[in-house]
Order: sequence, then C-alpha cells, then structure tokens
Amino acid sequence: MRGADVPLLEVKKLSKSFNSFQAVKSVSFELYPGEILGLLGPNGAGKTTIIHMLLGLTSPTSGEIKIFGLNPLKSRQREKILSRMNFSSTYVAMPYSLTLRESLMVFARLYGVRKARARIDLLIEQFELKEVADRPVRTLSSGQMTRLNLAKAFINQPEILLLDEPTASLDPDIADRTRSYLLEMKRTKKMAILYTSHNMQEMEQISDRLLFLHHGEIIARGTPDDLVARFRGEDLEDVFLKVAREVRP
Amino acid sequence: MKLHRVSAMFLRHIYLYRHSLTRLVEIFYWPLLDLLVWGFVSLYITRLSAEGKSTPNFLGIFLGALILWDILFRSQQGISVSFLEEVWARNFLNLFVSPLTIGEYLVSLMLVAVFKVVVVFLISALLAWVLYSFNLFIIGIYLLPFMLCLVILGWAIGILTTSLILRFGQQAEVLAWGVAFLFQPISAVFYPISVLPKFLQKLALVIPASYVFEGMRDIIFGRAFPAGQLLKAFGLDLFYLLLALFFFFRMFKQVRARGLLAKMGE
Repeated sequence: MRGADVPLLEVKKLSKSFNSFQAVKSVSFELYPGEILGLLGPNGAGKTTIIHMLLGLTSPTSGEIKIFGLNPLKSRQREKILSRMNFSSTYVAMPYSLTLRESLMVFARLYGVRKARARIDLLIEQFELKEVADRPVRTLSSGQMTRLNLAKAFINQPEILLLDEPTASLDPDIADRTRSYLLEMKRTKKMAILYTSHNMQEMEQISDRLLFLHHGEIIARGTPDDLVARFRGEDLEDVFLKVAREVRP
Repeated sequence: MKLHRVSAMFLRHIYLYRHSLTRLVEIFYWPLLDLLVWGFVSLYITRLSAEGKSTPNFLGIFLGALILWDILFRSQQGISVSFLEEVWARNFLNLFVSPLTIGEYLVSLMLVAVFKVVVVFLISALLAWVLYSFNLFIIGIYLLPFMLCLVILGWAIGILTTSLILRFGQQAEVLAWGVAFLFQPISAVFYPISVLPKFLQKLALVIPASYVFEGMRDIIFGRAFPAGQLLKAFGLDLFYLLLALFFFFRMFKQVRARGLLAKMGE
C-alpha cells in the first residue's frame, strides 16, 4: 500500500491482559512516515492501552513492537526511540507552579533540544500562547493547557507523534487550527501521527487510515470512506454507533 | 443548618476511612509515635534525676538532635514529595514518555533532597544560634559525615516510600509524611539508646541514624566518639540504599506490567 516506504512503527500480534481481562487482543498494524492513523472505538476498546504500550508505560503480555526498527521494551533502545517521538493527551497536565515558558524549558532539556529558547518562542507563537507564556500553568484554562501540551509534544520535532484525544477541550476554532497544523506537519515534515478522538468528523477529516477497535480487537481497517462503505453507514459517526452496538461488517 | 447535609459530609469521610487502610492506620500512628518518643524522653530525664547526675546540656542535645533529625526528614521528603508533586500536577506521564530514564529521575530527586537539606540546615543552624545561642558547629569535623549519613538514610526511606506510592497509588501518599517518623523512637534522637527497652536497643543497632545521634551526644558531652561507629553507620546506609533501589526497580517493573504507571499519571 505504501510502496517503498518503510514503516516507522510496526506492531505485531500485540496483546495485553490485566488478570483475566484481555484489554488488547492480537493487534497488528503499521504507521508510515507522513501518515495519520486514527484509532477509533468506544470507551474501553483498548486505544489508550495500545498507546501506553507503544510508549513503554505498560508492558505487553505478548506480541512485538518495533519503532524506528528498535524495541521500546529494552531500556537503551527506549531512550533512543523516545527522543524521536512525543505524546500529548488531554488527560495529562503540566507542573502547576511553573510558568508555561519554564515548563517548556524543562521538556526542552529532557529532550536535549538545541537552541531551546528559540524553539520555545516559535511554539508559543504557533500555539497562540504568547499572552500567557509567563503565567503559572495553574492559571491556564483547559484549552490553553491542551495547547501547552501540544506545544510540549512538538518540542523535539518528533518523527512520530501519539495523540490521545488532543482536541477534546479545545473550542472549534482552535481545534480546527490545531488540525490544520497537524496536517501541515504531516505534509511538510513527513511526521507520522497516531491519533485517537471521539470526534468522528475530526477523524474523517484528518485520518489517512483508520483502525476500528472493539473489545480490544481490530474489527475493521481502511480509509474513512472504505469504512463508511463497508458498514453501509451514512458517515463515520453512523459507523461508530453501529460498531458500539455490536454490528459487524 | 440541615442535619442531612452535615450527616452527608460526615458519611463522606467515614466512607473514605472504610476504603483506605493507610488513612485508618494514620489515626493511631501519630499518637502512638508521640507517646513513644515523649515517653522515652521522660524516662531519660527521670533516670538522670534518680541517679543524681548533673543536668546535661539539654539545650544542645535537643536542638542539635532536632536540626539533625530534620536533615533526615527533608532528605526523605526531597524524594517522596518531589515525586508526589508530579502526580498531583498530572505531569507524571509527560516525564516517563520522555527519554528520561528511571535512574536519571532518581538521581535528580536525590539532588533535590540535598538542595533542600542544605537550605533547611543553614537556616535552622542560624536561627538556633540567634535565638538560643546554640552553635551546632561545636560538633566540628564530624558534622559533615553525620549529615551525609542522615541524607543517605533519608534517600533510602524516600525511595522506599516512593516505591509504595507507585504500587498502591495516591491512597498511600500519607506514607510520604509518616514513614521517616517510624524510625524516630528507635533512632534515639532525643535520648541515649540505653533508655530503650532491650529488644529496641538491638533494633537501634541496625538503624544508621542511632549512631549519629549517639555520636552527637558524645561530642556535646565532651566524650570520645569512636570513628568505627561511623563506618558501621555508613555500611548500614549503603545496604539500605541498595535495598531500597532494588525494591524500587522491582516495583516499577510490576507497576508497568499492571498498567498502573499510566493510571498514576492521569
């Protein structure tokens, strides 16, 4: 499907069990440079568990993960992988007492960013955070916090970006601008993005391919148009409702 | 005032205690520790007057003990409270999805602990001198190894506490304030080890802090302090630090397998 492109991320038969509960069941997929892959599914489908396994926060029960051809479960390789990727989630925040600029400086150091001040200024500009740049993080609105998280996610100019509901608390205007920025990064920097969202319109607009997860399994995969056609839905939202209500293609 | 609303809030806290063993234990923990420490202090003073001995320099031994004890406590807090700060700020995940290794993280916490200790020590020593004309530096050259010994023990307790919070989640965060004090009665901070009952005396011999406080009293009373005791204390320190690190890495592996690391950060 991708011609000569080598996947940046490869997942083979990945499974995760928590005692007797199987959260992820033999999931396989790839992520290519310059691609946005959407993970879709109802709550508890296993999306976040997959992302956490890719980040090495949760160890898999079985299966294989290769990122940049390296194994994230080996600590030395994990270090190399994580310096070339990043993550943002609506459910994660930043140190409350630090200013926005100080927070970004901490992460710039963690990622070994060169010319950190210039990079931070650029991100502050890009995510329209100039007015609050020197304010403590605890005073930010949830939308500003989400933008700060996104700015953090771009601090090391990652080749792979994992985004867990990144626009959940943004107003439609900022959410739209964020999506445009992601699409631009994908196009110009060939950034590969793994994306989860419950906003079906957004998923339809932004994703090149989608993986539909249900009860920890991939039950369908393809472009948004493919999925709509296969499930005989009116749009992705309709497909989502059918899947959540246990209708198989 | 409506009784049903008052009872609702009362019930809310009772439910909390019903589901949290650590909070329940905490109710009994502090009074028991206070009773032990002040009981042994009283025994020490009573024994001195019964033996008709001259009153020692209480100002020196109590203030010196208090300042040195705070070194251990701040060192432990430098690890466990700094860790909790990330959990409270929901910043934990951001750190652990960066290239930061767990070893680098622990070293940074240890440095924070040393920074806190130095600041608190200098302020306390200055205040003790200004307010009570007590010069802690009469301990002399031994002050530095005493401090180092307490810092290392504080690191070990801090790492152990952090491991438990990592494993049992935020409900275990009371440990960050309480665990160090568990060592206070048997470390003989404010009284000599000889005041303790025999079985606690044996226990005190395996607590590095007890050698420091005994040494401090020896020096303030003008007695000789055998350097061998200090070596023993450092040996124990090293053993506990390695044990705490081993426990931490084990817990970290377990927590990762159970998916608790991600839960803690959100």
